[in-house]
Amino acid sequence: MTDIVRMTATQLVEEMAQGNLTSAEITRAHLDRIAEVDQDIHAYLHVDREGALATAAEADAARNTGADLPPLAGVPVAVKDVMTMRGVPTTAGSRILEGWLPPYDATVVASLRRNLMPILGKTNMDEFAMGSSTEYSAYGPTRNPWDTSRIPGGSGGGSAAALAAFEAPLAIGTDTGGSIRQPAAVTGTVGVKPTYGAVSRYGLIALASSLDQAGPCARSVRDAAMLHQAIAGHDPRDSTSLAAPVPDLVAAVREGDVRGMRIGLVTELGGEGYQPGVEQRFREAVDLLADRGAEIVEVSCPNFRYALGAYYLILPSEASSNLAKFDGMRYGLRVDDSDAGVEQVMAQTRAAGFGDEVKRRIMLGTYALSAGYYDAYYGQAQKVRTLVQRDFAAAFADCHVLISPTCPTTAFPLGEKVDDPLAMYLNDIATIPVNLAGNAALSLPVGLAPEDGLPVGLQIMAPHHEDARLYGVAAVLEGALEDTWGQPLIEKVGG
Amino acid sequence: MSTLVDYDDALSRYEPVIGLEVHVELGTASKMFCGCPTTFGGQPNTQVCPVCLGLPGSLPVVNRAAIESTIRMGLALNCDIASWCRFARKNYFYPDMPKDYQISQYDEPLCTDGYLDVSVPTPDGEVQVVRVGIERVHMEEDTGKLTHTGGATGRIHGADYSLVDYNRAGIPLVEIVTKPVTGTGALAPMVARAYVTALRDIMRSLGVSDVRMEEGSLRCDANLSLAPPGEPWGTRTETKNVNSLRSVERSVTFEIRRQAAVLDGGGTITQETRHFHEDDGSTTPGRSKEEAEDYRYFPEPDLLPVAPDPVWVDELRGTLPELPAVRRARLQQEWGISDFDMDSVINAGALGLVETTIAAGADQAAARKWWLGELARTAKERGVDLADLGVTPVQVARVAELVAAGTLNDKLARQVLEGVAAGEGEPDAVIAARGLVLVSDDDALLAALDEAIAANQDAVAKIQEGKVQAAGAIIGAVMKATRGQADAARVRELLLERLGA
Repeated sequence: MTDIVRMTATQLVEEMAQGNLTSAEITRAHLDRIAEVDQDIHAYLHVDREGALATAAEADAARNTGADLPPLAGVPVAVKDVMTMRGVPTTAGSRILEGWLPPYDATVVASLRRNLMPILGKTNMDEFAMGSSTEYSAYGPTRNPWDTSRIPGGSGGGSAAALAAFEAPLAIGTDTGGSIRQPAAVTGTVGVKPTYGAVSRYGLIALASSLDQAGPCARSVRDAAMLHQAIAGHDPRDSTSLAAPVPDLVAAVREGDVRGMRIGLVTELGGEGYQPGVEQRFREAVDLLADRGAEIVEVSCPNFRYALGAYYLILPSEASSNLAKFDGMRYGLRVDDSDAGVEQVMAQTRAAGFGDEVKRRIMLGTYALSAGYYDAYYGQAQKVRTLVQRDFAAAFADCHVLISPTCPTTAFPLGEKVDDPLAMYLNDIATIPVNLAGNAALSLPVGLAPEDGLPVGLQIMAPHHEDARLYGVAAVLEGALEDTWGQPLIEKVGG
Repeated sequence: MSTLVDYDDALSRYEPVIGLEVHVELGTASKMFCGCPTTFGGQPNTQVCPVCLGLPGSLPVVNRAAIESTIRMGLALNCDIASWCRFARKNYFYPDMPKDYQISQYDEPLCTDGYLDVSVPTPDGEVQVVRVGIERVHMEEDTGKLTHTGGATGRIHGADYSLVDYNRAGIPLVEIVTKPVTGTGALAPMVARAYVTALRDIMRSLGVSDVRMEEGSLRCDANLSLAPPGEPWGTRTETKNVNSLRSVERSVTFEIRRQAAVLDGGGTITQETRHFHEDDGSTTPGRSKEEAEDYRYFPEPDLLPVAPDPVWVDELRGTLPELPAVRRARLQQEWGISDFDMDSVINAGALGLVETTIAAGADQAAARKWWLGELARTAKERGVDLADLGVTPVQVARVAELVAAGTLNDKLARQVLEGVAAGEGEPDAVIAARGLVLVSDDDALLAALDEAIAANQDAVAKIQEGKVQAAGAIIGAVMKATRGQADAARVRELLLERLGA
């Protein structure tokens, strides 16, 4: 039998159904794996051994009664540390929340519990999800299992690395500008940003409310579909949550077919700035899609070139307000070492508790919202956002889905861009337009770049509410690629 | 202490412009953006949840009942109701704000451009109707309540420590902002007071708020500027937290006198907020415009726009009760009484009681007489509102009916009402139990009358000289002898018969 930790969620479900494995065995195997490798990877900020084993026991007991179980019952999952979990440390990667024990579960966490999925722990991330490398975590970086001298992407590098290091079969991420998809791309895993509103944001510590979206991270397209289905659905606690029923995404994987489908290559998401090996693997994947019967067309989204600029006004503006509450008055860090008045305590706490990148974006956003500057910055950025949405609408009038490389390069070395914010920001150039428009996108691995042997991701983008299309196309491409390689790409990790 | 100019003197040279911002806590069962209860007086921090505490990850959801109440208020104030509007975040750091921003409305209020006609009593006893323009009515959430301990000022600076109660945080607030009110001259303070009074009465009649100023459920900021007649408006000050009707009037009066003194001295008015002091009615400087914060408003991304269905708005329009001013005018006309008499009814809190008593068959004069006389006195003695006295309009109507039929006289009627108010039962039961029947049997009356005649020979002499008004003394004696139960009219007839006058 294959090593438990190398199995996909789909395989684990099957093994449990067959009575070959219990959730307790599976959960313990992953906890053991974490104990074995996480000192090198640092995917986790907190491991909830007891909580995970308790849920596993619950799932096993339920199975023994012959009850009808949720599809993923007993399959362990890791959760990005940006989601609140009752009684479990939740820091969002920041010193300012060190020691905080939330008194409530995020809706996504509650969904995982309802599905009887043992939660292994909380994964590392850039502080408040600001970053593309997990190097901005206040608790130290996560390392890429493909090459531990390189970044695992960000902000959700912990979740992606946990999958690639076989420390979890499934993980929850959040994607504000690419924080699920870019880590998926650079770690050879699958990550999905659902349509805005498809998954509840209640309990997701907000970075930018109008851009944030939680989604599934997995090692296969089908696994991602199962997890997506488990966490999606309307939540009355989130006003921006969609009321529409969740489509059958697992069926979309099963029935995936690209014959007769028009797939658009976005001209603006490629070319200059993109690593040759990334472009090469991307082209090969496009050819495979054409082989399977898709019609490939080129589409232009001219306003995408302004997306990064607009994003770096909207995000900091919302973040500057969302992060105001971290003032030392009610929870988390409080720097109160003198006769300081209330303003000094707030200022001292924020000075000590926030990292440089967080401070940088709070200052940007505070400035952009200031009287006299609002129209020129925030107002103008919102107009660009509308133009980006129109570009997508025009492209989707012509194509079923759009595709691009997920990010311009493979995983870069730790430390390379940490002091160069602009270079760091540019890594999200291909993922940001989707967040601005609110539609859905998925990244899946399409091979290793010849020049550095590191994973390359391909991004599929679908219109609002058409998340099922992502899974259909991705399943076809994944199948075609595995036919070529003879095994999933992830099997090559770690030599 | 500020230098002040005599009020009339100030108004002889300057024209005031007033503006009022009133915050009203809505009486919804739950808070603006979460399900926590809104009841007043709970133990601190027991009516809270992750949402109204602003805990990381929590999200607001709009209370539909609060939107409905705000629309009804807007309609009652003759406003346009926006077909689409958004909430906005008002960003500032303060420990009473769990999120360090307040969810409010900024440039897209739910209700705009209305008016309220208020009746203002003038010094010469007339009533002048002033139309106060309404700029906007918008929704927001209340903050927590801070209590500062230690220090001299009762403010956060200098306090030893401060306590925060977030029970109030997130209670729905509606802010009603007037347009500048001009041309009211010396009446300005009274207009301000009459406006807030009228607004309070409307809230009550709509049932959207209990409007208890002493509990802070209605709070008022009063803006005032002065300028010589014909000149452009002067710089305004905003006096914050003027929290009683009397204080509204006093604060405006004070600012008129203070600003006039500054202008007279060639000074300029600083645009600033000012604090009102209940003890001496003065105002002192707060924050100036230069220190004013930039709130960095932007549309609240956690909430969807509010887009009330026009059909719903029309339905709400159809459910508006008759507004206080309209109802008063109608009843005053129906009853045919003077402004003065009407004000007496309203000030006694007896409008509804009198109206219902008349509907139960009493005539208006009798209904007013009993409620404003005997019953108002009893209520005052007991320290309760008239409505809480335990006497119903139907009972009062029955007493009035018995008086009109001659079964009771006024004195007996008072005793009946006293019995009803004391919980002795319905009027007829009180009459039976206390034996309060008018004695009009001539034999019984004559016996008492003869005794009175014998004891009051002076009065008899006067009557016989033609001074009929002297009969009062003898009738009074008869009444006293019969413990008030004699039919006074019949006693008078018998007396005059007896004396052949």
